[in-house]
Parts: sequence; structure tokens; C-alpha cells
Amino acid sequence: MANRFALFFGLAILLLLVATALLASTIAPHSPAEQNLEQDLLSTSKEHPLGTDKLGRDVLSRILYGARVSVLVGLSTVIISLLLGFVIGSVSGYFGGFLDQLLMRLVDVLMAFPGMLLAIAFTAVLGPGLHHVILALCLIGWTGYARLVRGEILALREKEFVHAAQALGGGPARVITLHMLPNLLPPLLIQSTFGMAGAIIAEGSLSFLGLGVQPPTPSWGSMLSEGRQFLLVAPHLTTYPGLAVMITVLGLNLVGDGLRDLLEKKGK
Amino acid sequence: MNRYLARRLLLFLPTLFGTLTLVFFLIHLVPGDPVEVMLGETASGTDKETLRHELGLDLPLWTQYTRFLSGLALGDLGRSLYEQDSVSRLVRARFPATLELTLTAMLLALLIAFPLGIIAALKRHSWTDRLSLLFSLLGLSMPNFWLGPLLIIVFSIELGWLPVSGRGTLAHLILPSATLGMAMAAILIRMIRSALLDVLHEDYIQTARAKGLSEQKVWLKHALRNSLLSVVTIIGLQFGTLLAGSIITETIFTWPGLGRLTIQAIQTRDYPLVQGCILVIATSYLLVNLMTDIVYRLVDPRITYGK
Repeated sequence: MANRFALFFGLAILLLLVATALLASTIAPHSPAEQNLEQDLLSTSKEHPLGTDKLGRDVLSRILYGARVSVLVGLSTVIISLLLGFVIGSVSGYFGGFLDQLLMRLVDVLMAFPGMLLAIAFTAVLGPGLHHVILALCLIGWTGYARLVRGEILALREKEFVHAAQALGGGPARVITLHMLPNLLPPLLIQSTFGMAGAIIAEGSLSFLGLGVQPPTPSWGSMLSEGRQFLLVAPHLTTYPGLAVMITVLGLNLVGDGLRDLLEKKGK
Repeated sequence: MNRYLARRLLLFLPTLFGTLTLVFFLIHLVPGDPVEVMLGETASGTDKETLRHELGLDLPLWTQYTRFLSGLALGDLGRSLYEQDSVSRLVRARFPATLELTLTAMLLALLIAFPLGIIAALKRHSWTDRLSLLFSLLGLSMPNFWLGPLLIIVFSIELGWLPVSGRGTLAHLILPSATLGMAMAAILIRMIRSALLDVLHEDYIQTARAKGLSEQKVWLKHALRNSLLSVVTIIGLQFGTLLAGSIITETIFTWPGLGRLTIQAIQTRDYPLVQGCILVIATSYLLVNLMTDIVYRLVDPRITYGK
């Protein structure tokens, strides 16, 4: 019961996040780029509920617009990594042999790095920017999905319903997508939820280090990076964007945990 | 054991080689000319050519790669473009600080996670269990680029108890290691709790109880010892995350370690230094994983690698 409550609570947070990202331009009280140097570093007020930053920009509006970056990076990283990992993992698991060995060694090498280090290395090479962050996170993100899909397909390959589908003349693409994929969905869904949380934290980390989203685009990570210079006089510049990251990641973790409990219990 | 070690080492070498190759090509396929970055766009063609030749950047990529590998075999990571010093010397000077930070963070994570994880499992479904799980969930959701500044606001600015940045005394170490170790503690609490709960259903626990051992002995001698297996693996894997996380933590607390050196090198586009830092961090991670496997084997002699 408690788990189900946590799952719904997490889903509510995610829904709120997506709605914020979609409706940012409608609900934000100010433009995120609107500067007013006479009103810099203000704390909470009626006009600026979460205060202003060093250029007098409204923090609340910037946080609301920042949700767009997080949702965009989180979703696109998960979708691209998932597709790439699914294709590579399926080919590897279904056909086996030399190709399987080659692809899995590549996965081993990429997974031998701590993910964040590789993301930093990729963005250092590619240069900062939203697209490069997504590209870097996809380049490291697909490996986990590929390994998961390969493992599942290796197990499914020996099942009777797969042999039956093959005996009826089903080609590899048909057998994989029509017969194996439905069995892969629960673990993929769980991994995607945690993957999205990881991508949002990674984007925040890269932007915090100055390697991610560049100003003036509002991103929670870069807002925190700017806020770090004003910890003494304007701690709100650190508190609120960080709270936004934490609530989002908390929501995703709750959904991931809840789905795992629900789907794995069902599976058993 | 020797055969296991030999097999494990044999598998380690290609991964290490793949890692070195990946780092080299990643850095060398970079768009943009480091020579132009160093000298500025206005530099003359001759100056650029001279510097390019001095750095060996005019050689074919393959020759640069073989030079890089033979240099590595001799412990030579090249020269920094700006620091007028060898990369290996710069990295060596910073590595102890990073090691100090990561090891303290790990120790702190273990000191938090073991009592909380054990109490959570012992008193399952109690409020202490729920509180431990909540702490773990929050720890997992709290990115270190937020936790660090928050700790500074509370303990350095508001309370004035601990220094904001720098290295030297134990007080300097507390906030950075707490920031770095939080996520690891959060993961370990869950792992220890679920590993203990799994083990408690085993027959040998019932046997231990049936032969009259005290609950304390059952837990400490039988349950905890056997559940340590999975925890050892997580500790090893998490060490890599700590090393990578140290880049952010060191930036927040201006900790003079390898992570901060990496970011400084990226900002100045000092590619040999970036390459050296990433190589050392990645190789340390691989070595820790190797050691984890060996420790895992020592803890559980039943484990064999392959057949």
C-alpha cells in the first residue's frame, strides 16, 4: 500500500514537471531573460516569490523554464539511448557469435569508465551546449540498455513461443519486435525511469561545471553554478534550483522503485 | 586462486588497453586546433607550425598513437601545454588529495550506512526502518552539486563551524567528504538492508538459532558476514562513482585534487593534461574493480571466473 502511494506520489511529481515544462511561458510571472540591474540579488518578495539573481532576473521564472531543459535532456537521452541499446542488444543477443563478442567488448570498455567521467570527457571534446550534452549522455547511456536487452533476449531465445514463431517463418525483426519486445518492456521501463533521473543529474552536473547548457538559457545546473558565487549574500540562488532538481529526481526514483515492486512482483 | 587471478588479469588487460585507446582518440578527434587556442587566432602560420611540430601534432594520428602508448609504458603522459611541466608530475602532485577525499568519503559512507542498514533490517517495518529508507531515498535524489553548497551555507556561513574551502586540517575534510559520500551511503543502506533480509531466510540462520546461539551472534557471525558479499561489490563499483564525483566536489570546495585539475585543464583546453587526468582516474577505477573481484573471491572461495 505504502509502495503504491509512493508510486502515485512520484507520478504526480513527474506530471507536474512535464506540465511546468510545457506551460512555462504561460505560468512564469516574468520572462526568464528579463534583466533589471536595479533589482539584483533580491530575496523573496511579492513580485519575485523566489527572489532575483545577479542580473535582476526572476528566479521562479528561470526555474520554471529550466524544467524544459531537464525534461528535454531526460526524455531525449532515455529515448535515444533506449533505441540504440535495444537495437544493439537485440542483434547481439539474437545472432550471437563474433558480432556479439565485438559489441559486448565495446560495452565493457565504455562501462569500464565511471559514467560521469566519460560524460565530462565527451563534453570537453564536443564543446558545451544542450545538444552536445544529450549526445554525450546518449553515447554512454545506451550501454546499460544494450546489456539488459542482450541478457533478456538470450534467455527468451530458448523459449517455446519464440521457437514456434521462428518455425512459422518469422524473421529476426518480426520475432524480436512482436514476440520478444513485450517481455522486455517491464525491465526496460524500470531502467528508463532510473536512466532519466541519472540523465537529469548528469545534465545538472555538466551545466554546473560549465560544460553543459550555456547562458542565457536557464538550466537548474547553471543556475546553481551562478548561485555558488553568492552563497553569502543570496543563498536563495542555490536553495531553490537545487530543490527543483531534488524533487524531480525524487519523483523519478519513487516511480522507479514503485514500478520495480509492482512489475517484478507481477512477474514472479 | 592463482588460476583465477591469471584469468582475471588476462581480462583486465584488454579492457585497460581499450580504455587507453578510447581516451586517446576521444581527445585527438577534438574539433578545433589546440595550437590556435594556445597562440590565439592572430598568430602567424610559421609560429603555429613550429609549435605544432614541437608538440608532435604534425605527425600522422597513428604515429601519435604509438608514441602515446610507448610513452605510457615508460610512465610518460606527455607535457602540459600551459604548466611547463610533465603531466605525470602534475597528476602525481594532485592525486594524494583526491585519494584522501575519496577514501574519507567512503569511510564516512560506511560509518553511516552500516548502522542504519543493520538497524533497518533488524527492525523491519518500524519507524527506524522507514526513517533509514527515507534518508537513503533523499540521499539518492540529492545531487552533490547542491548538497555541497547547502552544507557550506549551513555549517560554514550560518554556524561558522567549518571552513568553506581548502585542504590541510581535518575540519577542511568534513564537508567535502560528506558531500561526496552521501550518495554512496544512500545506496549502501539499501543494499545492506536487503542483503541482510535475504540472508535471514537461509537454512543456516535457522540452524544457528536452533543450536542456541544468541540473536547477536546469529546476526554478527552468520547473517552480516554472508551478506557482506554483495556489499563488497557495491563498494568497489561505487569507488569509481566517487572518483568521478570528486570532480564536482573538488570544484565546489576548491579542493586541490585531480578533479579540479581536470576541470582547469578542460577550461584552458590543455588536452595532454585532460587526457592524463582522465586516464589516471579511469585506470584507478579499473584497478579498484580488479581488486574488488579479488577480494570478492577471498571472501567467498566458491566463486570461479568462467569455467
